[in-house]
Amino acid sequence: MSAPEPILRVSDLEVSFATDEGLVRAVDGVSFELLPGEVLAVVGESGCGKSVTAMTLLGLTRSANARFAGAAYYGDTELLGASEAELQQIRGAEIAMIFQDSASSLNPVQRIGKQVAEQIQAHEKVSDAQARERTIELLERVGIPNARRRVDAYPFELSGGMRQRVMIALALSCDPKVLIADEPTTALDVTIQAQILERFRELVRQLGASVILVTHDLGVVTDIADRIAVMYAGRIVERGSLDEIFYDPQHPYTWGLLGSIPRLDRPRPQRLPTIPGLPPSLAQRPDGCHLRPRCPHEFDRCVKTPPLQSRVPGAAEHLDRCWLSCEQKRELREIEPGVIGLRHKHEVELTKGGAGG
Amino acid sequence: MSSLLEVEHLTMHFPVRGGTLIDREVAKVHAVDDVTFSLVEGETLGLVGESGCGKTTLSRTLLRLLKPTGGTIRFRGTDVTRAKERALAPMRREMQMVFQDPYASLNPRKRVGQIVGMPLRLHGIKREAREDRVAELLQRVGLAPEHVNRFPHEFSGGQRQRIGVARALALDPRLIVLDEPVSALDVSIQAQIVNLLEDLQEAMELAYLFVAHDLSVVRHVSDRIAVMYLGKIMELSPAEELYSKPIHPYAEALLGAIPIPDPKENRARERVVLPGEPPNPMNPPSGCVFHPRCEYATDVCTTVEPPLMEYPGGHLAACHHPLNVLPREVAMAKRSPASPLSAGDDKPSLLPERVAGAGA
Repeated sequence: MSAPEPILRVSDLEVSFATDEGLVRAVDGVSFELLPGEVLAVVGESGCGKSVTAMTLLGLTRSANARFAGAAYYGDTELLGASEAELQQIRGAEIAMIFQDSASSLNPVQRIGKQVAEQIQAHEKVSDAQARERTIELLERVGIPNARRRVDAYPFELSGGMRQRVMIALALSCDPKVLIADEPTTALDVTIQAQILERFRELVRQLGASVILVTHDLGVVTDIADRIAVMYAGRIVERGSLDEIFYDPQHPYTWGLLGSIPRLDRPRPQRLPTIPGLPPSLAQRPDGCHLRPRCPHEFDRCVKTPPLQSRVPGAAEHLDRCWLSCEQKRELREIEPGVIGLRHKHEVELTKGGAGG
Repeated sequence: MSSLLEVEHLTMHFPVRGGTLIDREVAKVHAVDDVTFSLVEGETLGLVGESGCGKTTLSRTLLRLLKPTGGTIRFRGTDVTRAKERALAPMRREMQMVFQDPYASLNPRKRVGQIVGMPLRLHGIKREAREDRVAELLQRVGLAPEHVNRFPHEFSGGQRQRIGVARALALDPRLIVLDEPVSALDVSIQAQIVNLLEDLQEAMELAYLFVAHDLSVVRHVSDRIAVMYLGKIMELSPAEELYSKPIHPYAEALLGAIPIPDPKENRARERVVLPGEPPNPMNPPSGCVFHPRCEYATDVCTTVEPPLMEYPGGHLAACHHPLNVLPREVAMAKRSPASPLSAGDDKPSLLPERVAGAGA
């Protein structure tokens, strides 16, 4: 069987913004492919460029001070250069987005049913009554009880969890091929998060859509992702399957990220492992590897930027951006399979890593 | 060890006003509903629950930022429930707060030195002494003394939270209420702040009330943990025990909802998703407030409010059909004086299938 044709191809995507502090390079050479039906998680901390990457695909970062380079192909359409009219056709119908903050993403003065029906009618010629019926059906599918009554509710009348379900209904309304979910459950309580993730997973499977899940929460990732791209300071530093990233992580940043999650299923450690220092300002990033000032394993080669390539023998799709060899990494990281957490001399060194800049 | 803070049957109801022409109270929001607990010197009590369970209202009421509608708060044996502002001043030196949002809780137009020095100034400490103290505090929380003249916007979220911690430490408090101190921060930064808080606690013998919705962080810092739901304490347990054997079905559901960041274990685990959403605190359910969402609920749960029962090891839980306890432990369990006054006297009973499960 030949490899399936990717549905979305992003190559060397660069996004920068001209600001008072200089050119902020938010996304710096990001490449990935999205396969049909897969869930790709883009993971990283605030300011790593994960949301900008996602929003750029739909032309949502276009502005007078934004600069783009590289290419993003959806089928034969190049998204970065596409006209606003072309994007209008794609947004919602082909590629849909679920935003994090349902409170500010829904129109507060319009009934939720109207907002969903409007989107359906923007892409398909259906009567008001048909659109309304489809809306009710969608609201039922995303798990809103009494959908026939709730369809006439305003956003403020719904809880955060219910509003997030409306956001999902909106995104699914035109059966998109690609769903971009930007922190879809971050603002929710854990029990509600579990409900919504379960429903989301089911719906995506039924629909056969591909998902780009942008998140900082590695727990959510384990629940839902097939592949992971770890981003740091505008670049993908490691990319691989869920199990590759969790059981054979190659980049020191990934180690730190995995290590700093407090685990409920393990004995409580004396101290939480941390990554010392702070992420760099995107306007003044260190040369070479961006993690260099915070990395305990830095050596002379790190002043040059390591390419994103496969360094693990036998795992051609597991890529990372670290000069160390695979054997060196496996020795240094001291992570037993399944036991994530660093046992290094990692004490918090606050002065290191450009505090305050 | 002596009790630092004793809270008895504390109640905080907010009136809801409405009506045509004549303004009157039409309902009450039961934000905190008959809560009893105590905190000893140097201890960390974790307080967890979902949005709207009353954990933030409880912490604000403890500091007397709100005037409680009922119950008593004693700080070092002194009743401060109805104390006037003037009488509260000395107590406020010893009880401080760190807020959740490091962006909204620091005045953007003041310099770090002014922010951290403000409590000192309010309590009448002279300028020179203040400057030295501020420098010392900044160092303590891992900032550099030269940061004193910068504005909050020049700092990252984690650093701002350090400023918030320095301000809380300024007056040498005995108790710090930490209201979701790390939930706005990235994981790697969360770990830095949690470690800092633990170091400070050890060095200064502070007591913490650590309010959070994140059970994994709370476990790391707490000696004991209280689980709140709809204004009431459902379970109060030594920290590790809550994770190894939760007694209340709500605690079990909360723990089960957290994804395990380990793909194989996560796949192997059977997930039970708690249905529904928390009810409206204006009109709480009868009996046990959790019964509409509880898979184990029986008739008694819908009519009688369960008392907090004492199980071995100082583990309290308010449930008619407790989980993870032996029949012998249920028989010996006593009604805790911390129970809400409105709770019934019914003895808890194990559900038949649960008895079999406990024996296996």
